[in-house]
Amino acid sequence: MANLLLLLVILLNFYTLGSARLVACIRAVALQGALLALLPLATHGPTGHALLLGAGALLFKGIFIPLLLLRTIREVRIRRDVESFIGFVPTLVLGLLVTAGAFIFSDFLPLAHEHHEGLFVPTALATMFCGFLMLITRRKAITQVLGYLMLENGIFIFAVLLSAAIPLMVEAGILLDLLVGVFVMGIVLNQISREFTSLETERLTALKE
Amino acid sequence: MLLFLILFPLAGAGTSLFLPWYQGRSWLLPLCGGLHLFLTCLLLNSPAPQLGPWIGLDALSRLVLIVTSLLYFGCAIYAVGYLNLRRDRGNKIIVPCLLIFLVAMTLAISARHLGLLWMAVEATTISSAPLIYYNRNRLSIEATWKYLLLCSVGIGLAMLGMLFIAYAALVSGAMSVSLQFDSLLSGATILSRPWLHAGFVFLLVGFGTKMGLAPLHSWKPDAYGEAPGMVGALLAGGLTSVAFLAILRAVQLMTAAGDGDMARQALLGMGLLSMAVAAIFMVRQPDIKRLLAYSSVEHMGILAIGVGIGGLATFGAMLHLVNNALTKGCLFLAAGNIQRAYDSKKLSRVHGAIATLPISGSVFLAGFLAVTGSPPFGPFMSEFTILRGIFSSGQVWIGLLVLFLLGVVFIGMGATALTATQGEPVHLETDFKDSFLLVISPITFLLIILMLGVYLPEPLQSALRDATSLLEVQP
Repeated sequence: MANLLLLLVILLNFYTLGSARLVACIRAVALQGALLALLPLATHGPTGHALLLGAGALLFKGIFIPLLLLRTIREVRIRRDVESFIGFVPTLVLGLLVTAGAFIFSDFLPLAHEHHEGLFVPTALATMFCGFLMLITRRKAITQVLGYLMLENGIFIFAVLLSAAIPLMVEAGILLDLLVGVFVMGIVLNQISREFTSLETERLTALKE
Repeated sequence: MLLFLILFPLAGAGTSLFLPWYQGRSWLLPLCGGLHLFLTCLLLNSPAPQLGPWIGLDALSRLVLIVTSLLYFGCAIYAVGYLNLRRDRGNKIIVPCLLIFLVAMTLAISARHLGLLWMAVEATTISSAPLIYYNRNRLSIEATWKYLLLCSVGIGLAMLGMLFIAYAALVSGAMSVSLQFDSLLSGATILSRPWLHAGFVFLLVGFGTKMGLAPLHSWKPDAYGEAPGMVGALLAGGLTSVAFLAILRAVQLMTAAGDGDMARQALLGMGLLSMAVAAIFMVRQPDIKRLLAYSSVEHMGILAIGVGIGGLATFGAMLHLVNNALTKGCLFLAAGNIQRAYDSKKLSRVHGAIATLPISGSVFLAGFLAVTGSPPFGPFMSEFTILRGIFSSGQVWIGLLVLFLLGVVFIGMGATALTATQGEPVHLETDFKDSFLLVISPITFLLIILMLGVYLPEPLQSALRDATSLLEVQP
């Protein structure tokens, strides 16, 4: 069950990297967050901790943050397509390469016995790398936020393995930090588009030596 | 009382949201800052305040707490004068954000759980982003965006580092996997090495981004340059110390696991790189606030080198943490005054500051002398101690390299600072004058670092020794 979820997460990584439409990208990242909300349940069974963690992840990663981003692009009326420094096919190929790399690499890691079979560690690494790819290759500031969210999703997968180590209060705080962080990013995005009439980070280059 | 210390500024932030009175909101800052400082002093005298397993103060966090609290109080007094000048910009957002920033910093300092520490440090990033954006122009948007994105991603990596350390405990088959710091320390020897090392590297990269160690410092000149002077002071003196504390926690863990040498070497390498990068960019720097930002990168490098060498140099680094925070406070506040007066921070317009603004200009020049390690100021003492530690540990080449870089920094910074302060008075187009509220804090900071250079009070010495011994403990 958990492995099926993780496979879907990897497919969503590719979909997001290859999609040219902004709204579709946001929806894909939202779906990814919602799938991840099921992960604690699939791994630890329906304990109280897992239920609350899943509910928190669903609420924040699957609903609030995507709604915030969708509202932002509605308000700033930006062009709805994703612009990239390199083409979509090369990004997809890169995404495939880093995913394959993550799978090979995690074979060499000294994992705990019970994690050798699962897809947790390679998926976490692959999702983080794909998030990095989004961060680096896309031109709009809002796609950088999406990249950051994918990165956080990857970290979340790893965190589910260790949810015994992190008390629920702290987990709630971490999710809240993420939400408020994206909220503040949304406000800054608004200001960027008001000031520069575009959301392209290429305009943000006045400060340099 | 510790809980009260952490939470009461939140009440202040809530009050400021509903207070319809401009002056009242401004005065909330020194009110909360003063109470914070007072409570901190009380707490330092009580033995080991602890609040459950997650929150508590040890010698390291006490040192950072008192420095941060003192710096915050000074900046809060300055803020009243500053916000009076900026009535056009308002203080409805900046006051609550400054207070939440204080809450987040205090929480990060007193956290005994790595997860809580992470949460608090991320909260400092979020609450300081609106502070950097205060001026609301294109440049400050750009600076805010870079700061927010780089630090968030960096902190994300720190989170991964934390998880790796938890995984190290899981793989090692420890009874309970916990990120509570004391239980991690006590079980450090059995942690799985590869995961612990990977975790340390990620923690160093993540919190190093926040601290501004090269090569992860690229947001720093932009953010410090575009933020108001007092925000620059709080970030360069307070937040960097908090991030350094987080890195020291990782070093503590590595030392307890018996791998302290590896951690120290990593810190030493990043420290030397930071000093070198800062020295290169400080030569011919035409912008006084960016100059200060690079100086901050340099001093973070010195801190990392001090801890990286160990022994006497660690003691020097602890002392330097105090000196750096207060000197940066003094310099950024004075630079803020100069920027207000000239309506510019570029050397093309700023010159003759001493003749034009006798107090702020002189404080800036004295602060420059202090920060570059000239006697009789405090940084001279701490840098000298670190250098003595380096030479007595037999690493002569590193010592000579540090001396050379300090020389380059002195010359590079001197060229800019002297051009800005010396020369004929200029006619100002703004009606800015040095007022009591705007100069009292930088002058006080300057006097304190002058005192620290001449005489180290016994309580401070023992506090520094206690903090140092925490970093030196072998298993």
